[in-house]
Amino acid sequence: MAERSFVEEVKKLKLGQGEVFSGEGILAVTKALLESGVAYVAGYQGAPISHLMDVLADAQDILTEQGIRFENSASEATAAATLAASVNYPLRGAVTFKATVGTNVASDALANLASGGVTGGALIIVGEDYGEGSSIMQERSHAFAMKSQIWLLDPRPNLTSIVESVKAGFDLSEASNTPVMLQLRIRACHVHGQFVAGANRPPEFTLKEAMEQPQRDVSRIVLPPASFVHEQEKIKERWPAAVKFIEERRLNEFFDGDHGDLGVIVQGGSYNTMMRALERLGLADVYGNSQVPLYVMNVAYPVIDSEVLRFCEGKRAVLLVEEGQPNFIEQNLATILRQAGVSAQLHGKDVLPVAGEYTTAALLKGARAFFERYGRIEPQPLPAPVRKIIPLVQAKELPAPPEPDQPIEEVVHARPPGFCTGCPERPIFSAMKLVERELGPHHVSADIGCHLFSILPPFHLGNTTMGYGLGAAGAAALNVPAGKRAISVMGDGGFWHNGLTSGIANAVFNRSDNLTIVVDNNYTSATGGQDILSSKANNATRSTGHEIEQAVRGVGVKWVKTLRRTYDVAGMRDTLREALTTKEKGPKVLIAQSECMLNKQRREKPLVRKAMADGKRVVRDKFGVDSDTCTGDHSCIRLSGCPSLSIKPNPDPLRSDPVATVLDSCVGCGNCGDVSHAAVLCPSFYKAQVVSNPSGWERLRERIRSGAIGWLQRGEARRRERYAF
Amino acid sequence: MNAAQPIKIAILAMGGEGGGVLADWIVDLGEHNGYIAQTTSVPGVAQRTGATIYYVELFPRERAQADGGHPVLALMPLPGDVDVVLASELMEAGRAVQRGLVTPDRTTLLASTHRVYSIAEKSAMGDGRVDSTELLAHAARAAKRFVRFDMARAAEESGSVISAVLFGALAGTGVLPFSRAHFEATIERGGVGVKPSLRAFGSAFDRAQKEGDAAQQEAAPIVQREPAPTHPEVRALVEGVRKDFSADLQPVLLEGVRRLIDYQDTAYAGTYLDRVRKVQALKVDDGGRLDEAVARHLALWMSYEDTARVASLKTRSSRFERVRGESGAQADQLLAINEYMHPRLQEICETLPGGLGRWLMNSGAPRRLVERMTQKGRVVRTSSLRGYLMLRTVAATRRWRRSTTRFAEENGLIENWLQRIGEVAAFNPALALEIAQCQRLVKGYSDTHERGKRNYELLMEAARKAGPTLAPATLRELRDAALADEHGKQLRAKLAQYALG
Repeated sequence: MAERSFVEEVKKLKLGQGEVFSGEGILAVTKALLESGVAYVAGYQGAPISHLMDVLADAQDILTEQGIRFENSASEATAAATLAASVNYPLRGAVTFKATVGTNVASDALANLASGGVTGGALIIVGEDYGEGSSIMQERSHAFAMKSQIWLLDPRPNLTSIVESVKAGFDLSEASNTPVMLQLRIRACHVHGQFVAGANRPPEFTLKEAMEQPQRDVSRIVLPPASFVHEQEKIKERWPAAVKFIEERRLNEFFDGDHGDLGVIVQGGSYNTMMRALERLGLADVYGNSQVPLYVMNVAYPVIDSEVLRFCEGKRAVLLVEEGQPNFIEQNLATILRQAGVSAQLHGKDVLPVAGEYTTAALLKGARAFFERYGRIEPQPLPAPVRKIIPLVQAKELPAPPEPDQPIEEVVHARPPGFCTGCPERPIFSAMKLVERELGPHHVSADIGCHLFSILPPFHLGNTTMGYGLGAAGAAALNVPAGKRAISVMGDGGFWHNGLTSGIANAVFNRSDNLTIVVDNNYTSATGGQDILSSKANNATRSTGHEIEQAVRGVGVKWVKTLRRTYDVAGMRDTLREALTTKEKGPKVLIAQSECMLNKQRREKPLVRKAMADGKRVVRDKFGVDSDTCTGDHSCIRLSGCPSLSIKPNPDPLRSDPVATVLDSCVGCGNCGDVSHAAVLCPSFYKAQVVSNPSGWERLRERIRSGAIGWLQRGEARRRERYAF
Repeated sequence: MNAAQPIKIAILAMGGEGGGVLADWIVDLGEHNGYIAQTTSVPGVAQRTGATIYYVELFPRERAQADGGHPVLALMPLPGDVDVVLASELMEAGRAVQRGLVTPDRTTLLASTHRVYSIAEKSAMGDGRVDSTELLAHAARAAKRFVRFDMARAAEESGSVISAVLFGALAGTGVLPFSRAHFEATIERGGVGVKPSLRAFGSAFDRAQKEGDAAQQEAAPIVQREPAPTHPEVRALVEGVRKDFSADLQPVLLEGVRRLIDYQDTAYAGTYLDRVRKVQALKVDDGGRLDEAVARHLALWMSYEDTARVASLKTRSSRFERVRGESGAQADQLLAINEYMHPRLQEICETLPGGLGRWLMNSGAPRRLVERMTQKGRVVRTSSLRGYLMLRTVAATRRWRRSTTRFAEENGLIENWLQRIGEVAAFNPALALEIAQCQRLVKGYSDTHERGKRNYELLMEAARKAGPTLAPATLRELRDAALADEHGKQLRAKLAQYALG
């Protein structure tokens, strides 16, 4: 049950020769795969390529029509190993995952794959989660490509170029028996654009044939002496073959400019941004016609010496635009130019930022520095001092806007991501806060997933995060007799990805005494709600419903508790307390289950609306706060942080502190009420139950009730009225 | 060199606010009306309630064909190079200004004036809200044209979402080369919630067209109710206020009297006025600030929240109506109200008549029994006859409130407080004012209330120790520190810093 459905969009995958495709980059990549005749696709979800997995999942009938196998891999390592099918057989295969975290996990398989080399085209599509909005460490995939000798494509971020490089990638891979990595930056993945589609191509060789007529070639297996031969092959055969292919197919692009003595070398992925910078400097127009010659490296690795030399020959200086660090390409170019004795000055991270995303602003600044240095553009004049002129006659204009008292930084707050309204993970951490009040703070080893938001306000829980599924592993060393136990958090996604072995089994084997909380919300919620083994939904093409508790017991954990309603804050608190204080030795595992509210609402809202329309009885819960009993302390917010639990001006003329209020976005999960109960906060919370299409009997009972209560209320009101003024 | 330029539009929204929908609408609008459109965004974790930017560029297809080229469109906004900025909320508009996306030479800024408070604003123990006028001032100065109104309300009124309102406002400003019909056709092509979206669009369109008055902030005039007491005792009290107190003090006092009659009875309100008279008699010359503060905080303290008070407030018809309104229940829908309450032994003892309460508190078995019974919180259905009568009974204990242990305790604290104010006013009125305002610390229920009272007593103790040597500003600092964090870390630090701990 993915967060977003592409059922409508995937129809575009059927477009034929010459038709115009209009849509998202990710979808275009999928179409390109179909046009390239792939036999199998695999991958692991994660921004920014989660949608690619969702598209493929929603497109399975189209894929099967084409005889294509789609695998939801257990991890990026699984996905990379899947490419083994292209080692012995002329099968085209593609895998996808996010970089660099996914590439980290996959690198063992990738290294083995690259050593033996491939027969069929093998394409690794990595979604580069770098720069603004990124949720991971800032590194480059480039290093992985270099260390294992995998060719790295970095196309210009427009749909036509992206689609072309997918197709070229397979040809390049086959021409040089080398896997190819296609790097897509996050904005390119989500870019909406158009390209002219080609015809879909079924695979020439099928998996069925491979399974029925297996072939083997021991020289492709990574074991001495073959492994030593592989290294030689890489240099003596595959590299030259790749260079030849890249030159002949003109994968890199040369754009001439009228001023030949300066040049810009830019990675394809940064082309649009660089063009905008040049356009702002008046050196190019909106169509990409540049006065300065450009060499666009749609292939980031390998660097083609001959092309570099051709471009730099006779130039005074060139500017290299290479995002991220270390500056691998810059070092490489320096060697090439030096050894060839080319005099062109090489500039790169001396004028551009050494680290960080290459935004338009950053490139504009760097390019300006470069072109000013070589006298290509005039230095910017200093801003002339503004002199106050008193108008002779009062201008009849709108009054000038008022002067703000505080700087903008003071009044604009950060908006850290947090748990959604009604998120089932919130009560888990509310409960942890309550236990913290009783037992004091514990070391909390966090994991990757929505639950990592616990490190932020209002919860401030979590000391480290060592990677996906490594929450429990991150507490491994904290395994000595002590007055407190360490707490680890792990999501169901991370659990199946590797946490079961790297964390739970490891804790069993090493006789850990710590607590691991497994947050089970029915699918990998953070990446967009893709199904996994323990998903409740029955998935037509996958086997689900495998209980986490069974797996945990299976590896030998004795103390296992499963809470099927995380919203029961008191229950959660008591179980946590027990897990942290019980005399019982050995690892404790607490499985906290409740469905991701974001997806649940997406699924159920329409159903409820329909039921109401059909006149069925529907009960809607909404929580609220009585503003006349709320004293404006906001403890409830500090224990919850729910987006729908907010504040509003105090209606009480004697009070100034704002009171808590529940916004209409409330989904009635009940967390705030349960928290105020468990924490003995205040009696201001109420739950309103609104019954649509009630039964006749209900209406009658309600009439009697409200009649009696109304009568009593009127009496009371009269008494107060006498004293009112 | 060709000087053609794309139209550059940035949308600042929070996750789940329909920023993506708005971007897609604009793209569809462009593509159906002769424009090459590109949009992209960085959803990532921002989807989960964080702030995010959607960026759109539009370029006329005819122009491109005429020039025989294809535009290279950017994937992110460049500060100082944006034509239109749409912000779904006021602080997001501020963020656009902060990021330099809004510039006076060219940017039309469309923003909703409503606030979605940041977690920092919400979780403050006192009032942590940012002043909206500050944000408005920054936005107004940065933008070439600033179209703003409460779009959340506009959306609610038309049963739609903010994105539709923004789309309408965008059409209304006329900054894009498309007609109203083009915009509306886009919404219809979308096919989801078309009718309400069009309603929202329409109203926003008109609103944006006459932005002159839209610029004026909607502010409800505060009406001061002219008291018209009927009951003789009440009349006496009101006349007392009129006679003995300055005009600018009267509104607060009348509010206090109103509150305390409602809370207890006219005699209680009388006590209140007498106490304020005592303070007034000190003849402190600070422009009536001390009197005002005492009048305000004394009224609040004397109407401390106990079970009887809460029960009384929760059982009123006015409150039932408010809940109906807040829950958006229609006339043909039934409404049940459930209260989340957690009375503990303490609250029960405080509610019982003094003697009985004390006995139970100090008893053996009965006390343990009650404690066991009050382990878990209770959910009381006020809308059921049983629940209502139960709360009404609790509310009725108001009658013997004066005899309860809680009353004795609070009353004692109030007396000390007033006495301290009197003593201190003699040598430092400013410090007396600060002491009066320390009542603000004592609020909330159970743990929260105990914590507040603890902090209050710490401050009073500090004030007593320091005596005349305590600077008013220092006490204010201590009070702010007490409101800074739950664990009293900052307060302890401050007390240590001033050697008052």
